[in-house]
Amino acid sequence: MMETINIILEGLPTLLKGMGVTIEVTVISLILAMFIGLVLGVFSITKSKILRTIATAFVDIIRGTPLLVQILFIYFGLPSVLDINLTAFSAGVIAITVNAAAYLVEIFRAGINSIDDGQMEAGRTIGFSYSQTMRLIILPQAIRRMIPAFVNQFIVSIKDTSLLSAIGLAELTLAGQSIYAVNFRAFEILFAVGVLYFVIIYSLSLFSRWLERRLDVA
Amino acid sequence: MKMIEVNNLKKSFGKLEVLKDINMDVNSQEVVCVIGPSGSGKSTLLRCINLLEEPTGGDIFIEGDNLTAPKTNINELRQRLGMVFQQFNLFPHMTVMENVILGPKRLKGKSQSEAKEIGTQLLDKVGLVDKTDVYPDKLSGGQKQRVAMARALAMEPHIMLFDEPTSALDPEMVGEVLQVMKDLAEEGMTMTIVTHEMGFAKEVADRVIFMDEGFIVEQGTPDELFNNPQNERTQAFLSKVL
Repeated sequence: MMETINIILEGLPTLLKGMGVTIEVTVISLILAMFIGLVLGVFSITKSKILRTIATAFVDIIRGTPLLVQILFIYFGLPSVLDINLTAFSAGVIAITVNAAAYLVEIFRAGINSIDDGQMEAGRTIGFSYSQTMRLIILPQAIRRMIPAFVNQFIVSIKDTSLLSAIGLAELTLAGQSIYAVNFRAFEILFAVGVLYFVIIYSLSLFSRWLERRLDVA
Repeated sequence: MKMIEVNNLKKSFGKLEVLKDINMDVNSQEVVCVIGPSGSGKSTLLRCINLLEEPTGGDIFIEGDNLTAPKTNINELRQRLGMVFQQFNLFPHMTVMENVILGPKRLKGKSQSEAKEIGTQLLDKVGLVDKTDVYPDKLSGGQKQRVAMARALAMEPHIMLFDEPTSALDPEMVGEVLQVMKDLAEEGMTMTIVTHEMGFAKEVADRVIFMDEGFIVEQGTPDELFNNPQNERTQAFLSKVL
């Protein structure tokens, strides 16, 4: 037992560093993904056929291909034809952003659609433009309803970052691998890796429950 | 100048022709009630007047401004046209006061205190000043509709449009809503009201328009239309509802 604890303690500084990278990639990616998801989500409900097609094509392509393939494509595929040089970190951020955005588009679309048409009409007849009505009346209501779905996607994305170990990004999973590759204590190290993922995700769950309770008051 | 002028208005939804060549106008301070069986196109007519529905043909002028001209700023124009819906459409995430003052604050540049002053005045007028900080889901239907009227009036519209404002209400709440509308009419507001309340139309309207199957069949003063209808479709409709 003492030995197990010692092995984990020895690996902990490396694991925590990896956990930091995991959190960093996730936070940056999800902020970008929320922005893209919102914009394409609004595209997908506009009258413009071009904008709707852009949104639908994006969602279909990204959802229709495996994330691991997307990661490898961005890191190895793109630089081989374009004259760019991506670090594993930026390739990882791009892949997670694009992937999460595709699912968030659908959450935004469904959330906005769930608001009664009368709300848009009421806003427009007061004299607000489409975008003012969206911002002041539709989105504040829709986003409350979207919170559980957002959190679900955030959790999936946090776990998806473990796939970035495939392109050599030193996030939590790769940090674990690098330790047991040397000391061969896969059981202890992977157990610790799992616990650290759980800590991140469970904290997020607690935060979202608190947020939902707070917004429910209004 | 006419407040509302509708010329040869047509509106189709796909193959369904809902409005067929509508011509009507509304004068300043006039109260016009539009009656007719369901499906006659009266709500669609009202929704065309503030461009919630895009006309398929014809022209609509609001205080002389062509509603569908490309250079018309529809958002500015709608501020002059208050609208009250059958389903109230209050903003559920805002208090009664916030519902009323959102427009004045964001569109008329009123400060919070100026806007609240206007809001309090209007809520007092509709008899709901004690509900200022309540959310809409705590209100009865009649109260919701009165808040909706205060919200529309807060933009100081020149014309008020009502789309069956009492149709979603329990019978005992109809009176309180009609009373506010009556007060408005007495103050000289220009009003166009789509309604099934024949008693109200008789009492308050300056002119009643009867619509059926996408046409204006007959119009006149309440006395002319209710007591001496000329068209047999008007007669048939009135014999059913009166």
